[in-house]
Amino acid sequence: MVLSVRNLSVSLGGTTVVSDISLSVAAGEVLMLLGPNGAGKSTLLKAVSGEISSTGRIVVGGCELNNWEPSQLARRRAVMPQRVEVNFPLTVEEVIALGRPAVFRGCVDPVVQKLMEALDIAQLRHRLVPELSGGEQQRLQLARVLGQIIDTPGQRVLLLDECTSALDPAHQQLVLEFVQRLAREQGVGVLAIVHDLNLAAQFADRLIIMREGRCFHEGCACEVLTPSVLKAVYGYRARVIPLPEGYPVIVPLGSGPVQRAPSKPSCRQAS
Amino acid sequence: MIRDATGRFGYTPSLVVVVSAAAVVALVSVSSGAYPLSVADILRVLAGRDASDPVASMVLLDVRLPRFLLGFLVGAVLSVSGALLQGLFRNPLADPGLIGVSAGASLAAIAVIVLGGTWLGGWLALFGEWALPVAAFLGGSATVLLAWRIAHRAGQSAVATLLLAGIAINAVAGAATGLLTFYATDDELRSLTFWTMGSLGHAGWDELLIGAPFMVLAILVAPWLARPLDAFLLGESVVGHLGYRPDRVKKAAILVVGLGVGAAVAVSGLIGFVGLVVPHLVRQLLGASHRVVLPFSALVGGTLLVAADSLARVVVAPAELPIGLMMALIGGPFFLGLLMRRKVM
Repeated sequence: MVLSVRNLSVSLGGTTVVSDISLSVAAGEVLMLLGPNGAGKSTLLKAVSGEISSTGRIVVGGCELNNWEPSQLARRRAVMPQRVEVNFPLTVEEVIALGRPAVFRGCVDPVVQKLMEALDIAQLRHRLVPELSGGEQQRLQLARVLGQIIDTPGQRVLLLDECTSALDPAHQQLVLEFVQRLAREQGVGVLAIVHDLNLAAQFADRLIIMREGRCFHEGCACEVLTPSVLKAVYGYRARVIPLPEGYPVIVPLGSGPVQRAPSKPSCRQAS
Repeated sequence: MIRDATGRFGYTPSLVVVVSAAAVVALVSVSSGAYPLSVADILRVLAGRDASDPVASMVLLDVRLPRFLLGFLVGAVLSVSGALLQGLFRNPLADPGLIGVSAGASLAAIAVIVLGGTWLGGWLALFGEWALPVAAFLGGSATVLLAWRIAHRAGQSAVATLLLAGIAINAVAGAATGLLTFYATDDELRSLTFWTMGSLGHAGWDELLIGAPFMVLAILVAPWLARPLDAFLLGESVVGHLGYRPDRVKKAAILVVGLGVGAAVAVSGLIGFVGLVVPHLVRQLLGASHRVVLPFSALVGGTLLVAADSLARVVVAPAELPIGLMMALIGGPFFLGLLMRRKVM
């Protein structure tokens, strides 16, 4: 296990936000966290990354989180927060270089080159970050985070908090395919929060769906993404259609009682 | 083309330009004044081969040279402190003056001047001739800490809170300073004006000896914080993710700012704007990386302050404008211009 969390609880201002969560991520595995807003997903991720204090045990790469030397940990565990705001005129290259302190500045860094190409930001390298679009910034942050761990040998963990929320569908696929390949080929363990159920179904090896700070259900996509679980957690109705590709597609049917919608004129014309 | 692909100026040409400008300003600063010195005079005095003109020698060595050095150091340390605070707060408006650090340092110094004979007699006895700089340093550090606490109580992006806190701190420090003037004697009042308007008029080797070690230390230590400060630009949590200890970085930066600004205030009083404007200017021209911003701010800030001081001595000669006034006169409009044409901070 590259990451193992045992009986983790977090209280913020007297309220228990995450209670008694245990999870583990194996090398090469992509574990995705689902759940409604306020279910405690981001808090869990922050606790696992050591940003906020928690009770319970967190073991990263075989060593207790608190026993790691910070600079060593940064080469084995990378965290991508939900939102990183840059107000100062740093360039794309400068921000990515922050994740690679060992590389002398002014040198061409082949690892960064490859990362920027893989995440489709190579053409932006000299642009100022505050001038980029939300999706471009998100890919940039992912590149920075991946640059931290990508050439470290041994056990590595990647924690992602909604790393595709600002991306268009094509870039969502590009980014998650890259993360998945990183897991498969290099054995990086990935713990990622996502909101898009279909992305989760497509890319997760295992899913944990949270509700009110607890783990509601855990398993593979076909076990977790069922109409009854989705109804219980999100309170919304969905149809789950298994695809020949091996994962289901989730079609939302609204949150209220069944309403027979009048067929839309544009659809009629199309057919 | 001097600008590179990012639209910035190259480091080497910039360094050449800044150093040349500093040299010119240095020459102007030591040669101009009530007793003008020619370049030949200066060279002769510096070579130590001129016993015929003791006045030139005295003016240069005892008045102009320490004043130039002190002005340069004060400008450099204020600019570096401004850059540190702006990075730490992730806020381009942070400046030793705006968030009240200078006022805190100055209040502490004034308290020592006015109350040194009475309530704070023990302080004077304890620190001797170091009583003023130490007080200014402590006052400055305490204010940075206070501003930090207040700004971060309200959460991550407490820009408005920070500035409001600065206004409040400045107001309280101003009121306390005003209160102290009630107790001040005429002599003390004169030195109070010096503290509130800023001046290099007292500059001598003694002041230099007291202030320079702190300021040089602050300027030299600051670049060590460049990398983690760059990480701070992405947010405090990211600093930890990238393998730095945010608390240590914060403490170190606050210490450096308290030390530097405290010493600067102790020898030159309140000089505003330089800490705000100079890092801005450097970032616009050379980018926001602290490895560039910190050293260049020191050079540009020092040069700018010496230039302003030379101007302040000349404009109403033989009298002399307070340098703080001069800085605000130059810096204010300049800053407004920057704000109007900027795209990003």
